[in-house]
Amino acid sequence: MTLDGFDSGRTARITGVDWASLAEDEGKRLKALGVDEGAEVAILHRGVFGTRDPIALRMGNMTIAIRRMHAAAISVEAA
Amino acid sequence: MSRKHTIALVGNPNSGKSALFNALTGARQKIANYAGVTVERKAGRLTLPTGEPVELLDLPGSYSFDAASPDEAVTRDVVKGTFEGEAVPDVLVLVLDAANLEQHLVFAQEVLELGRPTVVALNMVDLAERDGLTLDPAALSEALGVPVIPTVAVRRRGINELNAAIAEAETHSDEEAHKRWHLTLPERRLSAKHMARAAILSKSTRHTIENGVDKVLLNPWLGPVILFGLLFVIFQAVFAWATPFADALEGGVGVISEAVTGAMAPGLARDFLTEGVLAGVGSVVVFLPQIIILFAFILVMEASGYMARAAFLMDRLMAGVGLSGKSFIPLLSSFACAIPGIMATRSISDPKDRLTTILIAPLMTCSARLPVYAVIIAAVIPETTVGAGVGLQGLVLFALYVAGIVGAMVVALVLRRTVTKGAASGFIMELPRYQLPRLKDLAIGLWQRAWVFLRRAGTIIFVATIALWVLLTFPKAEEGESQLDASFAGVVADTIHPVLEPVGFNREMSLALVPAIAAREVAVSALATTYAVDAEDEDVAAEGVTAKIAALWSLPTALAFLAWFVFAPQCLSTIAVARRETNGWKWPIVMVVYLFALAWIAAGATYWIAVSLGL
Repeated sequence: MTLDGFDSGRTARITGVDWASLAEDEGKRLKALGVDEGAEVAILHRGVFGTRDPIALRMGNMTIAIRRMHAAAISVEAA
Repeated sequence: MSRKHTIALVGNPNSGKSALFNALTGARQKIANYAGVTVERKAGRLTLPTGEPVELLDLPGSYSFDAASPDEAVTRDVVKGTFEGEAVPDVLVLVLDAANLEQHLVFAQEVLELGRPTVVALNMVDLAERDGLTLDPAALSEALGVPVIPTVAVRRRGINELNAAIAEAETHSDEEAHKRWHLTLPERRLSAKHMARAAILSKSTRHTIENGVDKVLLNPWLGPVILFGLLFVIFQAVFAWATPFADALEGGVGVISEAVTGAMAPGLARDFLTEGVLAGVGSVVVFLPQIIILFAFILVMEASGYMARAAFLMDRLMAGVGLSGKSFIPLLSSFACAIPGIMATRSISDPKDRLTTILIAPLMTCSARLPVYAVIIAAVIPETTVGAGVGLQGLVLFALYVAGIVGAMVVALVLRRTVTKGAASGFIMELPRYQLPRLKDLAIGLWQRAWVFLRRAGTIIFVATIALWVLLTFPKAEEGESQLDASFAGVVADTIHPVLEPVGFNREMSLALVPAIAAREVAVSALATTYAVDAEDEDVAAEGVTAKIAALWSLPTALAFLAWFVFAPQCLSTIAVARRETNGWKWPIVMVVYLFALAWIAAGATYWIAVSLGL
């Protein structure tokens, strides 16, 4: 399953990222922030009602905001 | 020694490089709690404990040398020595956020691979302690192979120790760089994890406050309500809180004006002082309290970490017009002034996204519009309340700000489907930890803002107003003829007026817009000077511009003038910075043309609708 459909609050382990579906600079930025196979993430907050976009992730000791389309490119499993 | 040595501050965004820069050099570089405050290289002078002066460079924060945005590219080029006209820095000061070691050590290793003399500033150790972390700088130093100095830049803790370590590292700067083994990103990440674990002595289970606070502030329902409530309060406060101070300043200007009138013989010199300097420039200076109140709110939002949350909440709306929350911070800076706003777009990686943001930045209501709005509102909008405690004047001001935002969104929507067409851009941003703003930093920030405002009044506004006063004063009118009709300025007004008459502007307004091309506030001083010069007797001249507008302008005319200033690009500095940031005249010209067209249409629509409603 992908991260955008994962339950909020539970920790997920990234099993793969579909880099080809992301713009080059966005892929670079996500990678630099630590999004990669094996990393553990948790969804902390979801955005405004309706599309529930963007989402706030916990990565290590850091909170980062990404769009759902990024989360859809990230495959995860329950950690 | 021939060349002055250079020391460069490098590190992830929001690790406190500019705060360290300020602490080391005594400079007052802008600092705030979000990623991407510094977007260009800044140099300052640092005196080492040995007494040797060196150049200290503050660089934009970076996640990697594989740059994703223009500001990151600057950092890479300076550190690697490929920046034009700049030698490789002799010492690198690597700034790490102590509470976010695992993340910051990834880029740190990339920097250390260069093999340059390096000192690590383990910054914000106080926030790490707040999060329940106890760190071991010695262990980290051993793992990295370079000195590690714990610091709290904003409280000037560890600064002398850091300075001493820089001096020590500098003695090795002539040695050949011994490059380290190159690691891949996953390898760096793994070793960052191990190093961070080894450096953390203990970690209490205390929860960070962010999650709890964000549960409220980022709540899908409550979050936007709180944000808009806050913005609403700001605009109410700008009017309500500033009034006593503004009245006092206005009274002061009046007293000085009367004293000058009494003490000096009638003539050109007296007219210059009363009509040009006091009535003109003085009419702008009285808005200082409003400016300070607005900036107090903006600075608190920036320093606390709320600004990034506001970007998170606004991202959905921005996505709807083809932009991202990343554009939100430059746009929000543009509420202060479009110039830093346009500069801040350097942190936007997508070029079309960045260009769109530059083109709409002048639509955000900058603080230069505040005097214009305030003087017209005070003159024609009654000081009544609508509902409990909601002032009508503040409400109109709020509506003008909203009009600018809505205008910007519509323009962005059109641009993204035409000239800056491209794939919808994303939004990837760190949400920083909350910090309590420090009073001293706020005071410095406010002082800087007040000084900028007063300096503008003393330079660009002064010059434009005095130039207009000269045009208004000569040639002198015959007996019974109006001074405005007789003067050179009257000719200027008659030339431009036919274009603006259809949208309800009178001759004085048309005239005031000409010097106000230089800066928007000049519209106020120009009107004040025009009315003062044209007044038959001194009593009317002393009345002040607000009273004149209240007496002479119809409500539709005044509203049309407000609508004009929502859009009109009346600021030479903004046009100049847009030229620099887009490397040419094409986009600034597009910007000026479309904004003037919108200003004319908006003023016209407002006037015609108001007239047909019988206002």
